[in-house]
Amino acid sequence: MTDSNYILKLDNVVKSYEKQIAVNHVSFNVPKGKIFGLLGPNGAGKTSLIRIITTITRADEGTVWLDGEKLNSRHPEQIGYMPEERGLYKKMKVGDHLMYLAQLKGLSKATAKQEIDYWLEKFQIQDWWGKKVEELSKGMQQKAQFIATVIHRPKLLILDEPFSGLDPINANLIKDEIDELNKNGTSIIFSTHRMEQVEEICDNIVLINKGRNILDGDVKAIKNQFKENLFKIDYEGALPPEIGTMANIVKQTEGSVTLQLPDAKLSNQLLQTLLQKGIYIQAFNEILPTLNEIFIKQVEDSNAFGI
Amino acid sequence: MSKLGLIIQREYLTRVTRRTFILATILTPLGFLVFFVVVGFIFQYQSDDTKRIAILDEGNILKKNIKDERNLYFKFVEEPLDSLRKNFKESDYDGILQLRPVKNVFDKNYVAYYYSTKPPTLDLETLIASRVENSLRDYKIESLKLERKQLDALDTRVELDPEPIDPTKANASKLTGGIAAGIGGLMGIIMYMTVFIYGMMVMRSVMEEKTSRIVEVMISSVRPFQLMLGKIIGVGAVGLTQVAIWAILIPLLSLLVNLMFGFDTSQMNVPQANTEVNPDDMNALMALAMRELSSQNWWLILPLFIFYFLGGYFLYSSLFAAVGSAMGDDLGEGQALTLPITIPVIIAFYIMIVAVQAPNSSLAVWSSIFPLFSPIVMPARLAFQPPLWEIITSMLVLVATCIFFVWLSGRIYRVGILLYGKKVTMKELGKWMFYKD
Repeated sequence: MTDSNYILKLDNVVKSYEKQIAVNHVSFNVPKGKIFGLLGPNGAGKTSLIRIITTITRADEGTVWLDGEKLNSRHPEQIGYMPEERGLYKKMKVGDHLMYLAQLKGLSKATAKQEIDYWLEKFQIQDWWGKKVEELSKGMQQKAQFIATVIHRPKLLILDEPFSGLDPINANLIKDEIDELNKNGTSIIFSTHRMEQVEEICDNIVLINKGRNILDGDVKAIKNQFKENLFKIDYEGALPPEIGTMANIVKQTEGSVTLQLPDAKLSNQLLQTLLQKGIYIQAFNEILPTLNEIFIKQVEDSNAFGI
Repeated sequence: MSKLGLIIQREYLTRVTRRTFILATILTPLGFLVFFVVVGFIFQYQSDDTKRIAILDEGNILKKNIKDERNLYFKFVEEPLDSLRKNFKESDYDGILQLRPVKNVFDKNYVAYYYSTKPPTLDLETLIASRVENSLRDYKIESLKLERKQLDALDTRVELDPEPIDPTKANASKLTGGIAAGIGGLMGIIMYMTVFIYGMMVMRSVMEEKTSRIVEVMISSVRPFQLMLGKIIGVGAVGLTQVAIWAILIPLLSLLVNLMFGFDTSQMNVPQANTEVNPDDMNALMALAMRELSSQNWWLILPLFIFYFLGGYFLYSSLFAAVGSAMGDDLGEGQALTLPITIPVIIAFYIMIVAVQAPNSSLAVWSSIFPLFSPIVMPARLAFQPPLWEIITSMLVLVATCIFFVWLSGRIYRVGILLYGKKVTMKELGKWMFYKD
């Protein structure tokens, strides 16, 4: 892929604070129009990275490109950022508040008004305009916060733990909006440590631990890279003894066995053998590692090797 | 509108449209006036407790001559003290005043005895003592055969009338010093209060932004420095608005109260017994005071006052903003951090009090140039017409210091607002100034 295929490029970015190095020579690329997962345990340096991308802080070393341009002070208007620790001015009216944040993002008064009307209508909350933020429930405030984040139609949307504190209904609503924005071309960075959401939502990921990039790439490719050629078979009948020579039995229960093959391509051969022996196969699945497992393993490995 | 403009606008509008602001702005002068009216009534209140006092003038000091007061009736009696005391319950007297003969006219002490079931009240005691004192004086003059006229000539009242060296200059009156001190003290107090009130307002607002977590959303759109500066300017404009409203409301309302209740709020000094001022003298004095007030160079004093208000406000509120950014949601925890800011303000206040009495002392001069003190001390000196070079030097130093402090606070602020859950020491604040972005 050429540079124009990336909305964001990080090249050897370093950020150190008084006592520790928060970001240690990190490089990765975020493809345009994709949902990108920024993963890592607590304290890995995710927030430090995001603050550099959003121009809140500056990198000590290295370069960041946004849509082919070196990061500069005009870029915040093209980025929408919803921090994990989020809040609104409690005494302000929802409409005034959204107008304020939209204008700070460079929208004119008229455009801001138009966009706010669009979103309030979309969420069917037109009557919120005159309500004070403190009168809203927490879930409702999150919705307002989400609108504030996307009101200026950013090229790049950065969401830090966007579902924390949301009930399942509102979480789904926001998830649908994220999908729709993504379909309309918005690139999204999704920072979290909740792996089940990543698997569901993200196309690409980068895994950060102790300020370093320890893994990045396409989600499917990563899962394939880390697969251990495990197959789970549900069956009826007695397993032939020669199975033990073909594969390693990892786990066996009544009517179910998990096998590890030396090579994934041997799966057909295995299936053939079982069928020839007249065993009734109910299910035959390759077990791919979950991102959670990869995550934990990689973090533990990198900690163990002291990388 | 620029981002800074938007921030200023929000900070200003959200405050002045808040119900608490409107109430505080209107109710504070009203509260003062209610206070003055109540105090006025209290001081005008006269005892409704009627007392009858029997006087046993054994030494013939009063010479049967004592005037009754409102609610206070005297009666000379000849009965011996013993029977008076015995029959006290049946009599309608509240007390017996016994004046024994003067043994030695050269004795400067004299004891009058007052017999009653209840001890005399303070005002009764002062009244009787002063009456007896005056009569004793007459008694002694007579006994010593002195000439009253000569005696009166001994008491001389001395006034100091300041005159300019240059005869073409306006003649200052005896009130010039006092009026200038009054104006100076008032300005100093206003400065002291506003620096605290609005500086604290900035600090609380910064803390709120931090604890409500809006700040990270904000600084993904604007620079932290813009946010801080916008807040300081916005709150400063709120302060000017409030002070301007008070400057109009307070004189207006006090005029109204004077018309309605017919007493002057300036009379609220602690009442002193027996200060009998000739009303003509009083009127002349008032006229002189008014003339003095109008002869002040208000065209210089008022703009300078606003200048020092803004200077002091910017200087201290930027420091309060820096401290607010370092604080968590616990105000008590931040006490150690606000102390270094409040101490100079309080010291300046005390210097101001001294400066009003000795406006040309070197303490007053140097304090009115030193930028941490000058916003409070210089306005207090303005009515004493300090030399121009002092005013200009003080202004330049203040402006330079303001710019420096706002910049410095911005450095601390940008680090502080993103830091959570950590108790910060003064030393760390110092380190933040040198952090990279």
